[in-house]
Amino acid sequence: MMKLDEIQKRLLREVADLHEVPEGAYNIRSNGASAGRQSTANIEIVPKTDVSGLEIRIKPGTKRESVHIPVVMTESGLTEVVYNDFYIGDGSDVTIIAGCGIDNCGNQDSQHDGIHRFFVGKNARIRYVEKHYGSGDGKGKRILNPVTEVYQEEGSSVEMEMVQIKGVDDTTRTTKAELAANAKLVVRERLMTHGQQNAISIYEVSLNGEGASADVVSRSVARDDSYQKFDAKLVGNAACNGHTECDSIIMDHGRILAVPGLEANNVDAALVHEAAIGKIAGDQIIKLMTLGLTEQEAEEQIVNGFLK
Amino acid sequence: MLELKNISFNVDQEGQDKEIIRNISLTLPDGQLTVITGPNGGGKSTLARLIAGIEKPASGQILWNGQDITGWSVTDRAKAGIAFAFQQPVRFKGIQVIDLIRLAAGKTVTVADACQYLSRVGLCARDYIDREVNASLSGGELKRIEIATVLARSAALTIFDEPEAGIDLWSFQNLIEVFEDMRARIAGSSILIISHQERILNIADEVVVLKDGQVAAQGPKDEILPELIGTSSAIPECRINMEGGVNHDEA
Repeated sequence: MMKLDEIQKRLLREVADLHEVPEGAYNIRSNGASAGRQSTANIEIVPKTDVSGLEIRIKPGTKRESVHIPVVMTESGLTEVVYNDFYIGDGSDVTIIAGCGIDNCGNQDSQHDGIHRFFVGKNARIRYVEKHYGSGDGKGKRILNPVTEVYQEEGSSVEMEMVQIKGVDDTTRTTKAELAANAKLVVRERLMTHGQQNAISIYEVSLNGEGASADVVSRSVARDDSYQKFDAKLVGNAACNGHTECDSIIMDHGRILAVPGLEANNVDAALVHEAAIGKIAGDQIIKLMTLGLTEQEAEEQIVNGFLK
Repeated sequence: MLELKNISFNVDQEGQDKEIIRNISLTLPDGQLTVITGPNGGGKSTLARLIAGIEKPASGQILWNGQDITGWSVTDRAKAGIAFAFQQPVRFKGIQVIDLIRLAAGKTVTVADACQYLSRVGLCARDYIDREVNASLSGGELKRIEIATVLARSAALTIFDEPEAGIDLWSFQNLIEVFEDMRARIAGSSILIISHQERILNIADEVVVLKDGQVAAQGPKDEILPELIGTSSAIPECRINMEGGVNHDEA
């Protein structure tokens, strides 16, 4: 495996909790090139030949295995688009850890756009974790525009955890999903923006089969002068259940726009959207101050808990 | 020792200045359990909030162990050893019971220690320690967790604002035991309870009756309590639930 410097290692810890080479299948991408790759008997990772990216093929029936595909960027001015396709075999049960960390100390923008497509076989289960992290004090922006497409066959289950807590200047996250009968999608998004950051999160989930269900929940905090848009659309084309929720705290001069979108094309589609945006309640701060915390410490605890 | 000297507090009511607390002077010596009682709207909770620093008096002085803390923030008073249990506890999304207990203790608390605080308020610790302090908890559960966090503070002065309010299925006797237990554990500590409950009044060293923002009566329990209960002009709230049940109207 290619040697990683300390900054790259730190980014890996932030986005993938990796302290060393992971067990199981992995591909570590560093500054546009593979810094290490390993397939296993059941999980094959091969580079694409036409565009930059990987094909990850998981054999049917693969259980309790994991795939790590973190990306780290430390060169200022690097822009890349990466296409990763996941083929998840019927009846398998795997965890996929993605994530991107950018450290930009230079004056040019660094940008990583990861296009991930998931083809989830019948009755397969996946847990997908994607963390974004930015650091470095250069003037160049850290930009991430992930696109996630999920195609779920009958009875499959996908659980996605999307986390972006710090340091990414500009992000547009687009997630599309199509669910067949009895497929289940659960999304938990946690987002914090600060400074002048912009974060846009767009979901379009089509519930096409009977018994399909989706639960998309975003918890976010917008501080300083940052801006967030949460645009979640559910389309119910069959007897299905869908729920989206945006629960947000605004601080300082932060701004948040929540756009509910529910489209029911079947009389048995049950779709719900909830949204709540507001500042931290004064009595929450006072309660923590009566425990001896300063106002600032109280705010930090409340925000940390909210995004936990 | 806590001393209130000529404390007044006003609120703005439809453009009019309304006096909620009128020139109150009161001393709470160390080691004393004081219960403040009186009719609703008499200024009891306001007085408790003034002591904790949540409200600031219009005039007067608050002295804590001889030091003037009138201008101190809630945080500084907490650090100086004043704890406050809210009448209506606050909910937090994402913050777990163990987090609150750790923040209250102000130090690293093991899960076993945290469980002890919960057990003392009659909660099965294992079921609650990882729960979020959010809307999934009932009012009664939340209230007991509130009391557990205050116990974890082991403060020199602990103020309870209507601790019986919202306590649902938990037997009232347990609440009394919590107060007695606190006195035994924190030697010399004082406890101030805002309450309508006769059984809480019964464990007081001193009872203060607050009415229309003024001290209407003050003295040892044995002197004040018969007056409160025996006269037709007594404060009706104090006679509620003589059997020691729970006053749900206050929840």
